[in-house]
Order: sequence, then structure tokens, then C-alpha cells
Amino acid sequence: MTISVADVEHVARLARLELSDEEKNLFAGQMGAILGYVEKLKELNTEGILPTSHAVPMENAFREDAVSPSIGIEKALANAPDRVESFYRVPKVIE
Amino acid sequence: MKYQPVIGLEVHVQLKTESKIFCGCSTAFGSQPNSQTCPVCLGLPGALPVLNKKVVEFAIKAGLSTNCSITPRSIFARKNYFYPDLPKGYQISQFEDPVCQHGWLDIQVEGQETKRIGITRIHMEEDAGKLVHGDVSGLEEGSGVDLNRACTPLLEVVSEPDLRSSDEAVAYLKQLHQIVTWLGICDGNMEEGSFRCDANVSVMPVGAEKLGTRAEIKNVNSFKFVKLAIEYEIQRQIDLIEDGGTVVQETRLFDPNSGKTRSMRGKEEAHDYRYFPDPDLVPLVIDADWIERTRSGLPELPEQRRQRFMTEWALSAYDADVLTASRELADYFESCVALQANAKAVSNWIMGEITRSLNDSGTTIDSCPVTPRLLVELLKLIEGGTISGKIAKTVFDEMWRSGKQPSAIVQEQGLVQVSDSGAIEAIIDEILAREAGQVQEYRSGKDKLFGFFVGQVMKASKGKANPAVVNELLLGKLKG
Repeated sequence: MTISVADVEHVARLARLELSDEEKNLFAGQMGAILGYVEKLKELNTEGILPTSHAVPMENAFREDAVSPSIGIEKALANAPDRVESFYRVPKVIE
Repeated sequence: MKYQPVIGLEVHVQLKTESKIFCGCSTAFGSQPNSQTCPVCLGLPGALPVLNKKVVEFAIKAGLSTNCSITPRSIFARKNYFYPDLPKGYQISQFEDPVCQHGWLDIQVEGQETKRIGITRIHMEEDAGKLVHGDVSGLEEGSGVDLNRACTPLLEVVSEPDLRSSDEAVAYLKQLHQIVTWLGICDGNMEEGSFRCDANVSVMPVGAEKLGTRAEIKNVNSFKFVKLAIEYEIQRQIDLIEDGGTVVQETRLFDPNSGKTRSMRGKEEAHDYRYFPDPDLVPLVIDADWIERTRSGLPELPEQRRQRFMTEWALSAYDADVLTASRELADYFESCVALQANAKAVSNWIMGEITRSLNDSGTTIDSCPVTPRLLVELLKLIEGGTISGKIAKTVFDEMWRSGKQPSAIVQEQGLVQVSDSGAIEAIIDEILAREAGQVQEYRSGKDKLFGFFVGQVMKASKGKANPAVVNELLLGKLKG
């Protein structure tokens, strides 16, 4: 499995990562190697086996519909770099 | 060239739970920004979402009521994108194996045949937060983020592209809206965003097999706007094609002020959401037993009730339609007929005086001051000849104001109908003597004047004379 520099750039853009040319080449090789390893699994016969979405064999973990206390505005905003009243403030988003 | 519009709808239904879908924060609307948040809905590292069981129950109800099959084993997925109202950088949603699939609704556009609209899927997901621009002091620069709404439970109901006109789209939406409010799983408030719609619209030449490129119109928040937005978009695409252009696949926003849709640049960036199973949430297994328990707890649905009203109470399709507009209204009607009232009379009063009074006072049927018991008492006064239908309306208005019993009002205001022929005869004699000229005209063939005499007699009796007796006596006297 080969991953091109363009593939790396695409994924980096979606993840909002800025990479140097050197990094792009490095990651293209590494990602290709990882996917190549996963490709190997295709050699196994998996007929009749459910795709594994979770590593833990568990299902139906629920909570009841009951309100529990929130943490409060001051705690919620404690790490915010910027705020106005009780809003987080972010750079202008234009729709 | 003639064009055929093709429309599919994605409806977001906000579920009426007390707490959020993956944490215990309240879902109440209108609280102080960020007061209803916790590490889970703020997306803080290490927080673990746990599924609210009621959301699953509501999803099963919605699925069963829209003829879907319930998926025995479904999973949650992460939909990855960056936006300031999405604190985790992904939305927890469902991608493969949504909780409900392959359903349908039969819709009816006035003057057309019933049409079946496919429902591709219904999935559960969390809502994003809310962005506020400009109208808060200090936000002239930048935008405000309120995460109270983040993690509020939603169902997304996706239709097949089976709709062919704005009228069909509105009929489908209204029916879906009626079902989710009837089930009590959504408050249906479109202004507050509890029921919102994205429309996928494309056009193709009539007879073509390949669908045209579609545009997605976002968040249209009333039935009226849905109709306007779709109609505008259809015409825009036709004009574009006729002028030699091509429709591009994009997201567009409807502007209610101009009635137009416009491109949302900046949101166009390749919709590459890189879905993958959310490892924080274990698979959801819904067994046949759970489905059957839910099915047996479902209320009688609007369509079933409509049909029953027509067969059981011999109501017209129109009456049955109006009376099943909401579950509360249908309940009111049935409470009345359970008290042995005439079904058609009850129906007429609900559609007439009651609806008018509710509209005038801006109240809903569940807070109607004239209870079923009082309405039926009034109807029995008419049936028994104690008051006329006309006087009954006066009595009704007084009941609405005071909440008093109709019999008490009739007593107090002396509204008992006069059927005594002696008393009525006296009034008639007086009128005929006074209106000698008109009597002459009537007798020389001007039959239309009969209504005039009836009116005069009713007026003189302050509306209390029994109309049947008045008619009979008048006819006799006028013959001379």
C-alpha cells in the first residue's frame, strides 16, 4: 500500500496540521507501512465473523434519563482563552 | 424543456428527554449560556459518554411508527470535522447500521392520490452547540459559543428522494411532525429548533433516468419556508441549466427575508468526515422482546385514529382529519362522545366555536375552560329544546368567560327557549300589525319577505323563540 504526499496533505488539512515537506515524505512512508501491515489481515478467511467495532465484548451500557448537576459556568469556562459574559469567545465565524 | 424536481428531506428531531444523550446535564431551553455543561458535553479529555436509555426507546417508537425495521445491533460512530460549536472535533452519530431502516409514510396532497414516501434511515446523534453573533455586548468582535445545546439528543430522519414537489415535501414534513409530537418524543417547536429540516433538491429533464446534481438547503425552520425555499431552489436550478450553466453540489442557506437561497462558502470543503466506530460507546443490541414491549406501549397513531373516527362515529374525512390534528384534540372529542353526545354535533362545535375561541385567546385544547362535560351539557340543552342553537353560542361565550355551567347561565340570564305557541303568537300578531305594508307585499307574491318576518319575531323575542314554532305559526298567519 503506497501513500502519496498528496494523501498526506489531504489528511493533514482535514486535521488542521501544518507539515514540512520533510515530514510529509516521512509520514507518507510510515503511513504506507502501517496500512501495508493491516493489508496482511486480508489474507485471513473472515467469512461469517462480525466486524469488530470494539475490543471489549460488551453491549448496552445505559444511563437512566435523569438530570445530574452540571459543573457550573465558572468551572466550564476556567480554561477558556477568551470569554464574554458566560460565552466562550472565538474568532468571528461567518455563515 | 420540462423539468422534474427531485427532493429528499433530512429532518432533525430533538428528543424530549430531561437529560442529554451522553451525560446528565439538563436539556432545558433558554438557560444562561454554558450553565448546562460538564466534562462530557464540553469534550474534555478523559470524559466518558454513556447512552441515555430513553433516547433508544424514543428511537424505537419513532421507527415503529414510520414502518421502519429496528436494527438488532447498531453502533455509534464519530463524524470528524472542525467547527467552533463542536467541542470534541467530532460529532457522535451513527453511520453504518443506524437504529431504524427501510420505513415509509403515506402522504396526501390535496386533490392527489395517496403517495408512499420511503424513509431510508433514522439514526441517533448528538446536537452541536450554538454560535452567537453580534447581539451581545462584547461580541462585536468574534463569536460567542454556548454549549448548553451540545450533546442534546437528536433523531435524524432521512427520506428517500421520492418527493416531487414542494407540496409533497410539506405534506411529508407535517405528517412526520404530527407523529413525533403525537408520540410525545418531541415538542415540535420549530422556532426553537426542535424540529428542523434540510432539503436536498435537484432537477432533471422529465423522463430522464439519471438524477441531477443536488444542492442541500440547510435549516429551514417553518413549513412555509420549506415550501418557499424548495420552490426558489427548483427555479434557480432550472434557470441555471437553461442558461447553459451546471448545478454544483453545495450547501445553501435559505434567507427568509429575501426568499432566496445562497451558497454557504467555506462549508464546502470536501465532506470527508472519516467516520469510524466510537470506541467509547459499546454496541447497542435491541432484542425482539424490547421491540414488542415498545410496540404494545405505542398510542393509537393519527392515521389509525382518523380511520376509526370515520368508521366508528360516521364522521367525514374532513372532520376526522381536523379532529386528529393533535392527540389532545382527538382526546377531547372522544371524552365528549363518551358522555353520550352526538358525535357530529360535538365535531361541529369543536371545529366551530371551540377552535375559534382557542385561536382568539391563543390557548390550546388542554387548557380549554369549557371541559368536555360542560360542552356536552350545553349540547343536551339544545337537543332537549331548552335553548336554541343560536342562543347556545351566547351561552358558550359566557361559559368560556366564567367557566359556569350552561344550565346556570341559562337560568340567570333567562335564556330558556320559548316554545309556547300562545306567547309566540302574541309577538307575531304585534309584528304583522306593525308591518302591514310588508304583509301586503308578501301576500301579493313576494315570498322572500318570509325571512324578514322570522327575523323580526326572533329579534322581538330576543332570540329565545323556538324557530320551528315561529315558522309554523307565521306561515299560517301570513296565509291570512
